[in-house]
Amino acid sequence: MLHDYSLVKDIYIGINSKQSENRQTGGIMNRREFLKKTVQGSVVAGSSVAFGNFSSLLAAPPKSSAAYDLVAVKGGEPEIMFDKAIASLGGMKTFVPKGGKVLVKPNIGWDAPPERAGNTHPKLVARIIEHCLSAGAKEVSVFDHTCDQWKRCYKNSGIESAVLNAGGKIVSGDSEGYYQSVSILNGKRLTEAKVHELFLDADAFINVPILKHHSSSMLTIGMKNLMGVVWDRRTWHRNDLHQCIADFASYRKPSLTVVDAYNVMKRNGPRGVSVEDVVPMKSQIVSTDLVAADAAAAKLFGHEPGDIRHIQIASQMNLGQMDLKSLSINRIKL
Amino acid sequence: MKFSRLKQIRLGISVLFLTLIALIFLDFRNIIPSSGVKVLLYLQFVPSLLNFLNTVAVGASGFIVAIILLVLFGRIYCSSLCPLGIFQDVIGFVIRKNKNWRGFQYLQPHNILRYSILILTLLLLISGTGFLLNLLDPFSTFGRIFSNIFRPVVVIVNNFIAIVLEPLGVHTIYRVRWAVVAPVSVVVAISFLLLIVWLSAKHGRLYCNTICPVGTLFGLISKIAIFQISIDPNKCKECKLCERVCKAGCIDLQNKTIDSSRCVACFNCLVACQKDGLQFKNIWKRGVFAEKEEKIEPERRGLILSSVIWLIGNTGFTEQTKKIIQSKATTIPILLKNPVSPPGSHSIEHFTSTCTACHLCVSACPSNVLVPSFLEYGLLGMMQPKMTFNAGHCNYECTICMDICPSGAISPLEVEKKKLIQTGVAKFIKKNCVVYTDKTNCGACSEHCPTKAVNMIPYPNPKNNRLVIPEVNPDYCIGCGGCEHACPTKPYKAIYVEGNAIHKMAQKPEVKKIDPTIDYNEDFPF
Repeated sequence: MLHDYSLVKDIYIGINSKQSENRQTGGIMNRREFLKKTVQGSVVAGSSVAFGNFSSLLAAPPKSSAAYDLVAVKGGEPEIMFDKAIASLGGMKTFVPKGGKVLVKPNIGWDAPPERAGNTHPKLVARIIEHCLSAGAKEVSVFDHTCDQWKRCYKNSGIESAVLNAGGKIVSGDSEGYYQSVSILNGKRLTEAKVHELFLDADAFINVPILKHHSSSMLTIGMKNLMGVVWDRRTWHRNDLHQCIADFASYRKPSLTVVDAYNVMKRNGPRGVSVEDVVPMKSQIVSTDLVAADAAAAKLFGHEPGDIRHIQIASQMNLGQMDLKSLSINRIKL
Repeated sequence: MKFSRLKQIRLGISVLFLTLIALIFLDFRNIIPSSGVKVLLYLQFVPSLLNFLNTVAVGASGFIVAIILLVLFGRIYCSSLCPLGIFQDVIGFVIRKNKNWRGFQYLQPHNILRYSILILTLLLLISGTGFLLNLLDPFSTFGRIFSNIFRPVVVIVNNFIAIVLEPLGVHTIYRVRWAVVAPVSVVVAISFLLLIVWLSAKHGRLYCNTICPVGTLFGLISKIAIFQISIDPNKCKECKLCERVCKAGCIDLQNKTIDSSRCVACFNCLVACQKDGLQFKNIWKRGVFAEKEEKIEPERRGLILSSVIWLIGNTGFTEQTKKIIQSKATTIPILLKNPVSPPGSHSIEHFTSTCTACHLCVSACPSNVLVPSFLEYGLLGMMQPKMTFNAGHCNYECTICMDICPSGAISPLEVEKKKLIQTGVAKFIKKNCVVYTDKTNCGACSEHCPTKAVNMIPYPNPKNNRLVIPEVNPDYCIGCGGCEHACPTKPYKAIYVEGNAIHKMAQKPEVKKIDPTIDYNEDFPF
């Protein structure tokens, strides 16, 4: 079945009253209902093409009163740096609706321990979940479509236990059945993708990549991390990878992107060969603007954002601000 | 009845063994620890014997214990330890319950058939192929039935439950991916299941006493067993109660004898007899027969390999054919000289001469890499697993297959050593690569490579785009198939693993120090 996120949002708006009713009575809109609405909505789908694509507009993060476009932190432990960053953005309640479902998407791609920096730091993931829950989130789910064997990745990354201890849910991304076809209306090369249902279901989506060297995309940061919510990644690889990465970034913007740059893999990425590939940079970048977060992280790594082609393309597609000079940035040193 | 306890013990042990062995084949979540699997399968005769003949390891002495038990008590192995035998008892019990079952009758032994099968199996084994042994080995037959038929059923049920629970927010039961389907193995497994159901429903243990070469071999030895069941002609009233419960059909009341070569020591008759006419006692007085020992020398087998066979075995069934989206379809087909045998199997020769195709590793491999072969190892190696990379790649630090293999075909290695075993070498076909055909970056192969044997190097191009293309350094390659699995080109991959006929040691990945001088007080670079 095909449906695109903008439609889903349309329908969400349309049935908003019913949904909040459900929530008040403690009920939730189940998937069947969700899909039914989606199908009903797809009749209206044709018309939305005529009016152009609303997906980026409607999927934009809630307008926050945050004083900064981007926060950069340095010199602390991952969870402490996040505490500082989120506080300066007005707290997690700015991004997470009360009673809402949250998806936290770290990088859990590899069967490697935290010190190898192949995956997002488990302490950071745990702290983000805690903030979501205390902001009133109903549930916080975590998954990744891993590259190595998924159970081993979840376990050895330390993320599975961190999530469970923090009160979140760890969910499998290892079966095609979890993924639903959607259209990427703004996509130039990538026009369709099978996307994990949690990504479609979530009221708030928090993207938590780790900054790493990457053999094919030069760097993997926020946009590249979104590849983990998609089933068929080979399609991207054989259809101009950088363009596809940028195309998918147009589908649904994260409410927040938190770049883990605590330990940074400087070479042999994205899997890494040994701990000798890792440098302790003790940094973190947090932004509502995915492209800005990637641009700042690229700078931190030592690259010009414009040299990373998918950042360049995303900027041209107006998906976010690559030029950091035009942003209000809060720089925190601990 | 003084013998009633014997049957109870037999029932207890057999139900326990059947349940646990069935569970290890159905354990799609890898819950049962490898060490437990090893202990559980220690006594399985054929895997243990092959393991011993090839490795002479202490852990492989289970078959000796089985023979000692046999010499002491007759074929209690067949009733209490053999999963296929117990499985037949269960099938027969369930089916016969629902009929007007009149009971078993004495059967004449099918001597010509059973000894022919045994001799043929041994002759083939001596001439260097375990093909018939693998096909008929009861443990492996049981494994194939559970791995190829019941495991998928369990996965379907699991996935159904998962789908039902997901809307309720329960994710502890998760959907599990399908294993790669190997049609030949499925057909063989179904055929044997049907044969066993039919024979056990109608004739009890006829399969064990006619077709199973282990049963026939054990029958020869059990003739000299110390403890045997015998009829006391003075007490027997020929009421036939014992004959009716004898699954083996080996109680001859006309001659008041029991064919000990076919008696599986289930002790049903002892419980059935109301007159104390049957005894389980030391019959040592009869005299001892010289025990024969067969010596088996595995010899090198010729490998029948051709591209056609390889293609039949690999494509079509393993991955759904989807439309080709890539702007340019790849043109150069992959021709494998050798299949890739699992790490720890030392060489294709060692592997094919030791593996009984029980498919335990196929069931257990969490990455779905191990798949029953078709003809890649040759006709006689049919169904022995090989590594395929359509569904996944061999996880760098995973050692499950070598930890559980009961026959020693895949022998255990330390993780650090496993990470250096070169099962095969990646071969790059530049003309199939996206970077060459489409002039766009890809690098999926290098991404997945755990040793960076596949490295990306600058690729000069007319438009001067920043392109990188893979380069393989075979010294570091271990043949895990990460590159082949990830390679997105269709219909032919641009990188694939060519099997090593004899496994080699790869070089340790190069580790250079990186200069980590970081000044945390330095300003942000933006």
